[in-house]
Amino acid sequence: MILNKEMSTTSKKLSQLKKGDKCIVDSYKDDSMQQKMLDMGCLPGEIITIDRFAPLGCPIAISVAGTMLCIRKDEAENILVKLVD
Amino acid sequence: MQKSNKKIKVALIGNPNVGKSSLFNLLTGLHQKIANFPGVTVEKKTGSATIFNSTTGEANNLEIVDLPGTYSLYPTSPDERIPFEVLCDPNNEDHPDAVIILADGTNLKRSLFLASQVIDLKIPTVLALNMMDLVQSQGIKIKPDELERRLGIRVCPIIARKGVGIEELKQALINDIPVPTADVYDTTLIKPSILNGIRKELNLKSNYAALQIANHINSLEHFNLPEEQIKKLQNLFEGADYDANKIQSFESLERYKSIQQIIDSCVRVSDEKKVSFSTRLDRLLVHRIWGYVIFLCILFIIFQSIFSIAEFPMNFIDETFTGFIDLVSNLLPKGVLNDLIVNGVLAGIGGIIIFVPQIAMLFMFIAILEDTGYMARVSFLMDKLMRNFGLNGRSVIPLMSGVACAVPAIMSTRTISSWKERMVTILVTPLMSCSARLPVYTLLISLIIPSTYVGVFNIQGLVLMSLYLIGFIAALVASIVISGLIKSKQKSYFIMEIPVYRMPRWTNIGYSILEKVKIFLIDAGKIIIAISIVLWFLSSRGPGDKFEKVNQEIEQMTDNTENSEKKLALESQRLEYSYAGQLGHLLEPVIKPLGFDWKIGIALVTSFAAREVFVGTMTTIYSVGNDENLTVKEKMRMEKDVVTGQPRYSVAVGWSLMLFYAFAMQCMSTLAVVKRETGSWKWPVIQFVYLSALAYFTSLIVYQILK
Repeated sequence: MILNKEMSTTSKKLSQLKKGDKCIVDSYKDDSMQQKMLDMGCLPGEIITIDRFAPLGCPIAISVAGTMLCIRKDEAENILVKLVD
Repeated sequence: MQKSNKKIKVALIGNPNVGKSSLFNLLTGLHQKIANFPGVTVEKKTGSATIFNSTTGEANNLEIVDLPGTYSLYPTSPDERIPFEVLCDPNNEDHPDAVIILADGTNLKRSLFLASQVIDLKIPTVLALNMMDLVQSQGIKIKPDELERRLGIRVCPIIARKGVGIEELKQALINDIPVPTADVYDTTLIKPSILNGIRKELNLKSNYAALQIANHINSLEHFNLPEEQIKKLQNLFEGADYDANKIQSFESLERYKSIQQIIDSCVRVSDEKKVSFSTRLDRLLVHRIWGYVIFLCILFIIFQSIFSIAEFPMNFIDETFTGFIDLVSNLLPKGVLNDLIVNGVLAGIGGIIIFVPQIAMLFMFIAILEDTGYMARVSFLMDKLMRNFGLNGRSVIPLMSGVACAVPAIMSTRTISSWKERMVTILVTPLMSCSARLPVYTLLISLIIPSTYVGVFNIQGLVLMSLYLIGFIAALVASIVISGLIKSKQKSYFIMEIPVYRMPRWTNIGYSILEKVKIFLIDAGKIIIAISIVLWFLSSRGPGDKFEKVNQEIEQMTDNTENSEKKLALESQRLEYSYAGQLGHLLEPVIKPLGFDWKIGIALVTSFAAREVFVGTMTTIYSVGNDENLTVKEKMRMEKDVVTGQPRYSVAVGWSLMLFYAFAMQCMSTLAVVKRETGSWKWPVIQFVYLSALAYFTSLIVYQILK
C-alpha cells in the first residue's frame, strides 16, 4: 500500500542482506506484519542496520528506531528494503 | 475526583522493558495480588496504594492494575488483547478511572505511539517519563513542560529504578486528572458514518474508541456487551467497504506524523554515536562459539544450585516439618481425625512446601537473566535449534529446569509468547528426568545392574546417564509429534526487543520470587492437598474384616522398640488389605504384561503423589519377613518369581519399571501446576493420558523383548 513504484524495482527482502548492511524500510508484504512493525516504531523510511545473525543463521538482530530487535528469517522476508551504502 | 472513601482505579500501561514492574512495585509495595484476567491465562497483577495529599493530608486509596506490556492497542497476541479490552470497553470490570502511561525517555517516539492512543480514548491520563538518567547520559534534551502542553496531560519525569520523581507522580495521581481534550491524531474523518453509528450505539465519548472497536468488530467476544448489541454494531458494516487492516496502518502512519511534530518541538537528540557497552558485551555473549559455552556454564550453575544448594533448605524443611508432624500427632488424641490430619493434610502440606526452595532458586536465576537482558539473547541463540522440534528459543530454560523439577519449570513457560510453543513446552517438560526420579532409579539400578567398570566408566553410572538421555530424547520427539497435532488459533510473531544490558534490580527480583512462590503455594497447593487426602484414604482405609482386624491390632500396639518389627509387618499387611492394596491387585492383570505384580501395583498407585514415594512404599511392603537386618534392596533382590523361580526383579522387570517411571505422569504437583498455567483441566488430562500410554507401551515392549 505504501509501496513506492521507483523504489520497488531495486528493493530486496530484509532476509537477503548481510551482516553490517544498512537499508531503508520500503514496504511490507504482509498486513499484520506491517502493523506489528509499525507498533514497534519501524516505519517505512526508517534505517535498519543488520547487527548480527544468530549462529545458525536465524534469527537476525537488527537495529532500528533506537532499539535492537530480534526477528526470524521468515518474518524478515516480509520486509522489503532498499540498500544504502 | 472521588473522595478518600472510594478506591480510584488506576491502570498502568507501557511498552515492554520500560520499567513497568519497578514502578508497580514502587507504588504498591507488598500489597499485591496475582490472578488471571477473566477467560485467559494472562497474568493480572493488582496492588493497592494509599497516598496522602501533600497539602491537605487527606488519604486516597488507589487500586492499581498492571496491564501486560504492549507496543500498541492493536493486539497481536493474547497478552496484548488485554490492554485493548480493558481500555476500550467501558463495561470491562477493570476499566480504569485513570491511566498511568509509562514512557521510555530514550525512545520517546515509540512510547508516544501507545501514549497517544490512550490519550485519544479520552481517559484521564498521566504520563510518567522514565529513564531520565539515561536520557541525560545519552545527551537527549526533553522539555517536559512543552510535552505537557502539546499532549494536554500531566507529564512527570521519573527514574523508576532509583525511585526519583515518584512522590510527584503520586501527587499527580490523586489530584484532579483532567480528561484530555484534544486528539493527538483526529480520526473523525475516517469512515464517519460507521464510527458515528458505533459511538451512538455505545454512547462513547471518544471517536478513537469507536475506531478501535470498528477495527476489531469480529473479535469482540470478550467485550461486556449483549450479543444483540454486537450484532447491531456488525450490521453497521453491511455493504460498507471497510478494510480494517488498511485503516489500521493508515491511522498508525498518520499518528506517527503527528507524534513526529510533537517530538520535533520538545526533544533534541544528540548525534554522537559510540559503540555502547551492550554491543561490546554482545560480541562475546552471542558469539557463535563463546555464546554457547557461556550459556552452558550458566545452565550448569543454575542446575548445580537447584540440585545441591536447594538441598539444604529442603532438608531443613523436611526435618522441621517431620518434627512438627510428630508433635501434632502426639498432641491430638489418637483416631481417624489424627490420622487424617497427620497423614493426609499435613503430609500434603509437607509435600508442597518442600518445593519452595527449588522454586525460589530457579526463579531467582530466571529473574536475574530476564532483568539483565540476557534472556532475550538466550532466545536469540537457541531459537533456530529449538524450532526444529516445534519449540521456541525460550523453551530451553523450562526444559533444562525440568531436570530438577517439572513444577517450577512449567511455571517458567510464561515467558514464551507463542501460545502453541508454550503448550508444547508444558506438555513435554515432565519427560525430562526430574530429581524425584533419582531415588527410584538408584534403587532399581543397584538391584539389576552390577557395579562393574568398563574402562573408567561405572556401568551403573552409564545406565543412570542413559535414563536421563532417554527422557531428553523422548521430550524432543514428543515435541515434534505434539506440535504437529496442536492447531494454533492465532498467528504469532517472534519479533521482540533485545534490551540493552542492565544491572539486575534486586527488589524486583525479590518480588518476582515471592510472586511465584505464592502462586504455587495457593493455586497448586489446593489441588495437591485434595489429592493427598484421597491417597491417604486409599492407603489407610480398606474394605472388609481383614483390614479392620489388622488395623485394630496396629492401633492397640504401644510404641516401643521390641515390637517395632512386628508393627512394620502389620503395616505392610494393612497396606495389602487397604483400598490401595486392592487397587494393586486389581491392576495386576493390566500390568502383568509389563512384568509388574500387585506389590508394584500398590507402589504405582501411591507414587502418584510423588515418584519418590515408590521407595517408601516398597519399604513398607517389604517389611514383611523375619530378617530384620536386611534392607529393602536386599529383600527385593531375594524375592523370587513364584512361577519361574527366577529373581522377581530381573533385568527385564527392572528396565521395564525404570522406563515406566521415566515416562509416566506420576506427579500430582505437576498436574496441579499445568491446570493452573493452562487455565483448564483439558491439558493436564491430555498430558496424563499420553504420558501414561507412552509409559505403558514402552514398558510392555521392553519387558516382552528382554524377558
